[in-house]
Amino acid sequence: MAHASLEKFRAVTDRNVLRLQEAKQAGRKVVGQYCIYTPLEMVLAAGAIPVSLCGTKNDSIPAAEAMLPRTLCPLIKSSFGFALQDSCPYLAASDLVVADTTCDGKKKMFELLAKRKPVFVLQLPQTQDADALSSWRRQLELFKDRLEEDFGVELTESGLRDAIALSDRFRQALKRVLDLGRRKPSPLTGMELMEVAFRASFMPDYEERIQELDALADAFGSEGAEAAPASAPRIVLTGVPTGMGSHKVVQLLQDCGASVVCIDNCSCYKKVRDNPEAAGDALDVLAARSLDIPCAVMSPNPGRYAAVGKLARDFAADAVVDLTWQGCQTYDVESYSLRGFVHEDLGLPFLQIVTDYAEADTEQLRIRIEAFLEMLA
Amino acid sequence: MSGRLYAGIDAGSAAVKAVLVRGGTLEVAARAILPTGWNPRESGEKALAMVLEQAGADSASRIVATGYGRVAFPFADRNVTEISCHAKGAVQIVPACGTVIDIGGQDSKVISVQPDGTVADFVMNDKCAAGTGRFLQAVAGMLGMDVGALCALAEGEEPCAITSMCAVFAETEIVGLLARGKAPGSVAAGVLRAVARRIHALAARIPLRGECVFTGGLAASPACGRMLSQELGVEVKTPDYPQYTGALGAAMLAARLR
Ligand code: SF4
Ligand code: SF4
Repeated sequence: MAHASLEKFRAVTDRNVLRLQEAKQAGRKVVGQYCIYTPLEMVLAAGAIPVSLCGTKNDSIPAAEAMLPRTLCPLIKSSFGFALQDSCPYLAASDLVVADTTCDGKKKMFELLAKRKPVFVLQLPQTQDADALSSWRRQLELFKDRLEEDFGVELTESGLRDAIALSDRFRQALKRVLDLGRRKPSPLTGMELMEVAFRASFMPDYEERIQELDALADAFGSEGAEAAPASAPRIVLTGVPTGMGSHKVVQLLQDCGASVVCIDNCSCYKKVRDNPEAAGDALDVLAARSLDIPCAVMSPNPGRYAAVGKLARDFAADAVVDLTWQGCQTYDVESYSLRGFVHEDLGLPFLQIVTDYAEADTEQLRIRIEAFLEMLA
Repeated sequence: MSGRLYAGIDAGSAAVKAVLVRGGTLEVAARAILPTGWNPRESGEKALAMVLEQAGADSASRIVATGYGRVAFPFADRNVTEISCHAKGAVQIVPACGTVIDIGGQDSKVISVQPDGTVADFVMNDKCAAGTGRFLQAVAGMLGMDVGALCALAEGEEPCAITSMCAVFAETEIVGLLARGKAPGSVAAGVLRAVARRIHALAARIPLRGECVFTGGLAASPACGRMLSQELGVEVKTPDYPQYTGALGAAMLAARLR
């Protein structure tokens, strides 16, 4: 039953592109976004469909390297390569692209992207204090104006509240699936957890997302499926985004015998994190919630440690693995402090892996991971 | 059980090493080394046959394989990474060992070791050849010699500054140094120091504890060990048969398998 439901989920989400094109033909607008700091609720409230444009494939990287430095983060190169080749159906479908000024590489890439696509830049602050929050709220107001102007709609308070409620229901449904990893042993592999979050994020219809995710959670919730032996070391994987195509390390961990029980990044568990309490109107709430996301682009980034600590406990982790894309300075530098935190405050073993999307270093990584797992045994 | 023999095979990128230890006493009964060549499986089988012959035995009770080629041995009872095996082997040779530095052909590692020989933490160098045997091999090749000769040439020489750690750029730099009349010995010493500095940078990520043991083929060169001691600021110990440390650790693990 459980695995049949996963197959069904795959079959439904295989039609994501088709469904998006149908919706577009029916007159729906599409807004592409590169980062979860962009409140997708605003896009929903505008009657448009939010899609993630985060590049996860190696194929588009060579094209990007014609313009971008080779040493740049593969995520940025992959994303930009899709734009150059016009090979991503989600980007092609996007009427507007929202770009947050997160890391330096991304914001400079967005300048180049703006020559090819209508880009709206959200000036994301790099810190999370009250000043930053009010400036972020102003950015969201500008974004609201842009959506209203481009799509000829009005983003009302009640429309925004409805969108928040809808996306909260989606997050709850996704959380139910991702929290299956808390079980000992986890009924889903790390690859499956990642794949579900990844595929769900491309489903144009939120009600359908919720329904399908709930069905998955029900099927796995009622059955004693086991994705790994009870003795497999339980890993919380933290760090940079991962998706199908940039799944190398998730796959390797599991091939080497680990059970990846939680993926603490913005393509997976960060989507379902607890939101802070926020007063005010809908934009206040959205500004407060999104700015609170503990990504390494923030300085300082205290929420990252709190989150890793909580997840390590909630998911009964035996170790923490920190994934860094080569060329990602924010996560690479932060890894040093995270290592100290995991060793000293959590008393858990820690491994940082720096790599890109290519397969060239697979064998070297395998040795590193196997040695790490031997150390846990 | 003292009649039993346990084998460790370490299939590295350059050489295959085999060690046989006796059950009970855990003393080394035999060692053998062969170039890995094109066929690690064949070389591994040959090395195993050699140690068995030395010990006058037909077979080993258990075999643990390690090193890059470790998956090539279906007859091994278990595969264990060279990181765990170097740690185990180093503690067997130097009981007070707390840190292992291994400069391998493909990669270098600094391993923090617990008293029982298990790994507490480790770091490995990144993708490129810098700070590995590969880099030394490239430089030695350029000078028309092997790595052993390069290390011998460096003996007692004042190292000249080599700034480039990329095998490709270092070539240009070294050609330039030689053209300007620098003595080859001083260039060789400079190259060793560059590698030692790279290892130092790597080791900085891990607290150096206990005795520091230098393993792997390069450790056979006294010049290398001295350079490393100098750069790290601690005395590194070199075991008698440094290139067999991984195979010894594998044999020790074979003896302990249940
Ligand atoms: S890693 Fe950070 S900056 Fe990058 S997409 Fe995720 S939340 Fe945004
Ligand atoms: S992984 Fe790092 S470098 Fe790459 S886009 Fe995200 S924050 Fe920027």
